[in-house]
Amino acid sequence: MTDPVLSVRNLTVEIPTRRGVLRPVDGVSYDIAAGEILGVVGESGAGKSMTGNAVIGLLDPPARITGGEIHLLGERIDQLKGEALRKIRGKKIGMIFQDPLTSLNPLLKVGEQLTETILAHLPVSQSDAEARALAALEEVGIPAATQRLNSYPHEFSGGMRQRVVIALALCAEPSLVIADEPTTALDVSVQAQIIALLKRLCRERGTAVMLVTHDMGVIAEAADRVAVMYAGRLAELAPVQQVVQAPQHPYTDGLMGSTPLASLGQKRLRQIPGSMPRLTALPDGCAFHPRCQRATDRCRSNPGPTLAACNGRAACWHPLTDEDRAAREATA
Amino acid sequence: MLAYVIRRVFQSLIVLLVVGLVAFSMFTFVGDPIDNMLGQERTDADIARLRAQLGLDQPFPVQYLRFLENAIQGNFGVSYRQGRPVAEIIAERAPATLELAFVSGLFAITFGIGLGVFTALRRNGWAANTIMTLSLVGVSLPTFLIGIVLIYIFSVELNWLPSFGRGEVVDLGWWTTGFLTASGLKALILPSITLGLYQMTLIMRLVRTEMLEVLRQDYIRFARARGLKDRAVHFRHALKNTLVPVITVTGLQLGSIIAFAIITETVFQWPGVGLLFINAIQFVDIPVMAAYLMLISVMFVMINLIVDLLYFAIDPRLRVDRTAAKG
Amino acid sequence: MTALARAWDSDFLYSFRRSPVAVVSFLVVVTLVLAALFAPLIAPHDPFDPATLNLMNGFTPPMTPNAFTGETFLMGTDDQGRDVFSTILYGMRISLFVGFSAVLFALILGVTLGLLAGYRGGWTETVIMRVADVQLTFPAILVAMLIFGIAKGITPVEYRDQMAIWVLILAIGLSDWVQFARVVRGATLVEKNREYVQAARLIGRSSGAIMMRHILPNVLNSVLVIATISLALAIIAEATLSFLGVGAPPTQPSLGTLIRIGQGFLFSGEWWILFFPSVTLLALALSVNLLGDWLRDALNPRLR
Repeated sequence: MTDPVLSVRNLTVEIPTRRGVLRPVDGVSYDIAAGEILGVVGESGAGKSMTGNAVIGLLDPPARITGGEIHLLGERIDQLKGEALRKIRGKKIGMIFQDPLTSLNPLLKVGEQLTETILAHLPVSQSDAEARALAALEEVGIPAATQRLNSYPHEFSGGMRQRVVIALALCAEPSLVIADEPTTALDVSVQAQIIALLKRLCRERGTAVMLVTHDMGVIAEAADRVAVMYAGRLAELAPVQQVVQAPQHPYTDGLMGSTPLASLGQKRLRQIPGSMPRLTALPDGCAFHPRCQRATDRCRSNPGPTLAACNGRAACWHPLTDEDRAAREATA
Repeated sequence: MLAYVIRRVFQSLIVLLVVGLVAFSMFTFVGDPIDNMLGQERTDADIARLRAQLGLDQPFPVQYLRFLENAIQGNFGVSYRQGRPVAEIIAERAPATLELAFVSGLFAITFGIGLGVFTALRRNGWAANTIMTLSLVGVSLPTFLIGIVLIYIFSVELNWLPSFGRGEVVDLGWWTTGFLTASGLKALILPSITLGLYQMTLIMRLVRTEMLEVLRQDYIRFARARGLKDRAVHFRHALKNTLVPVITVTGLQLGSIIAFAIITETVFQWPGVGLLFINAIQFVDIPVMAAYLMLISVMFVMINLIVDLLYFAIDPRLRVDRTAAKG
Repeated sequence: MTALARAWDSDFLYSFRRSPVAVVSFLVVVTLVLAALFAPLIAPHDPFDPATLNLMNGFTPPMTPNAFTGETFLMGTDDQGRDVFSTILYGMRISLFVGFSAVLFALILGVTLGLLAGYRGGWTETVIMRVADVQLTFPAILVAMLIFGIAKGITPVEYRDQMAIWVLILAIGLSDWVQFARVVRGATLVEKNREYVQAARLIGRSSGAIMMRHILPNVLNSVLVIATISLALAIIAEATLSFLGVGAPPTQPSLGTLIRIGQGFLFSGEWWILFFPSVTLLALALSVNLLGDWLRDALNPRLR
């Protein structure tokens, strides 16, 4: 395998607060290769968006990176500041936000927003930039793109706006795209189109994608590999088929069991008892143990399990085996 | 859009009619001008003669119609106190107030927007923090105290600038201006700062709040995530969005400058309309009060109207939504 | 103890303790209010009692014995020989009384009309909000002046001075209710469609009870913030009107009246007659304003 586009090692993000230091991202490591889509899943507050923001250097203070390294195309980027950071944003890392209704400046024409982005990164003339803007709109499947360049964002529907957002994120041909819940704010009927579009564009260009979502359906549809996050830590990291069909971490298992996926063909949904602990009150040991039926004393004591300390795939002292799953199927 | 403009003009007319009614009611029901003009020693004959002279002996509808008719022609009757036509008094005092308001407004807008943007962008810098603290003092400081402090420093202690009046003015026949003489310009400085400071602080704080709000928006994050230069993010993306709500308030602030001129004119004995109005209140000089009310209403209503129409020029969402409201 | 400790530890009081500006402003406001309340006990002289006045004491500078009587005054005396410190204490009483009363009046009027407009809707709402819109077109101080002028016109000449204080309260209060009404109406519109209000309506609670029990508590924070900021504005408005000579009469001088009087001595050297009332007014207005500013941030975490 060639060098990964993005390599995150032991990333830790901290927020100092009155009641102590919170760690919304705690020792997370993963790679994304060119043309690969890594799905990052977890409940809200699990630290998945925060991870994406840390990579592109858009953490809102007082949140900040306090540990670990981020490498993009072999270059360390987590300590970049100012102009150096700006040159990476948009040029090497594109970002797609959740809500296309609010991601576009309402007072600037779509064409203006595209050309200014192109001009900020590529050494081209104004007319070249306009031509590229047009091509970018056509590429994301916006009909009558020539006229649409002169439209304001409010003249587009939600799905079309998200296409514009994708065009904006990709117009300087970045090597990595971070898509933060790109379909959550859209109609169900449009979601699949947007995911298909994102998938196609990235496959064609060999762009690495970090797809942050809480929707297992989107993951199953688009991702090559999946990183499951729980309370700021990686719970499981594996190819999508394995995560969906043979999850090893009890949390992943619970997540799958509670997701209505046609492809899984399961008989009835299960639920995970309890809720994710708040970052202010994390339990000792494995953060999942209070909700885990398999928990033992080892799970309740420090240090908690990490991917590296366990089998490299699930951060669990007692990962589920095929027999465990078979036994459950039998009793169900 | 045309329908909207017509509706707004119509609404403005209604506001003016309401204000007109208030002004007329003041004439009819408030106080007895005879009391005010003749004092304690008066005879019934005096009273009757004066009533007839002022038209107060006529029935209500006649007075009302005559009031409206006269008001439209700019005729607001005769000042109870000075015995001269109100229109004449106001016309000779208006240039003083308008010139003062113009300079103050210019001062307030320029510094208000500039400092507002500065304090929003350098949110935690010491300069921005100092300006913000000072601005709170500025908001709490009553206008008249600002004037007094300025007079004390620049007139009493330093003796640089005059403490009252307009200085030498040039009479252009229909207008008297202080812009053309050195003493006239010097006389404008302190009153303009006094009058404009409060509005400047308000505009500055508003611009700052709006700008901070805009800087938090997703599209600003997205603009940053696309690697746009700070200058482009701040001035191309943020400032334009900031100015949309700021325009309304700024427009209204310009209107209130005329009203607040009352205070400044009192402090600096500035021979304008505001000083006239405050004297009218002290002496219950109803025709002057009513005329001032009508004039200032017309101005406010016009400003409101212009501000509303300016929205169309700035916000493309309104332009389209009104004409073709389809999804 | 535990309840007290919990309150002390609450986010609200925590942010209060952590803000020196808030603590200092609060102390200044409390001190000034207490000083005004107990003015008759604190003031060395009664400025309204002609018997204690000695014209010989006129124009005594602060902390300097008078050339004729040998008496010393903390803040000097004015042209009548009145102790400036005492007149400030009594003046503050009037300023604060007018300020608090005007805000209370505006609050009751604004909250009531806002609730009615939001809850009733229909023409009630149209009328109330139209009036509010028209009034909002004009600066509050102008509205107050106008109301003052009209009310003065209506009052018979011989009662004018006596009524002046009440007319001031009426004028400032009437010029300030709109803020309350707008906020309360907005919140009412939101709350009235919430399920719990619908439920209360379904089980037959009266509209009055629903407004008091369910809607009002939701707007208390905003109302409190507006009231504090309004108080600063009302104190300034009163001072301004009195300074312009259309407020408190010379027989009942407020801080504004004192400054009006003091301004006459700006050029002749008796600076203390103007200086001390001005500083008092500034301290009062500034600390109430700072307190309101802090309160808004503390009660509205989004703006923090």
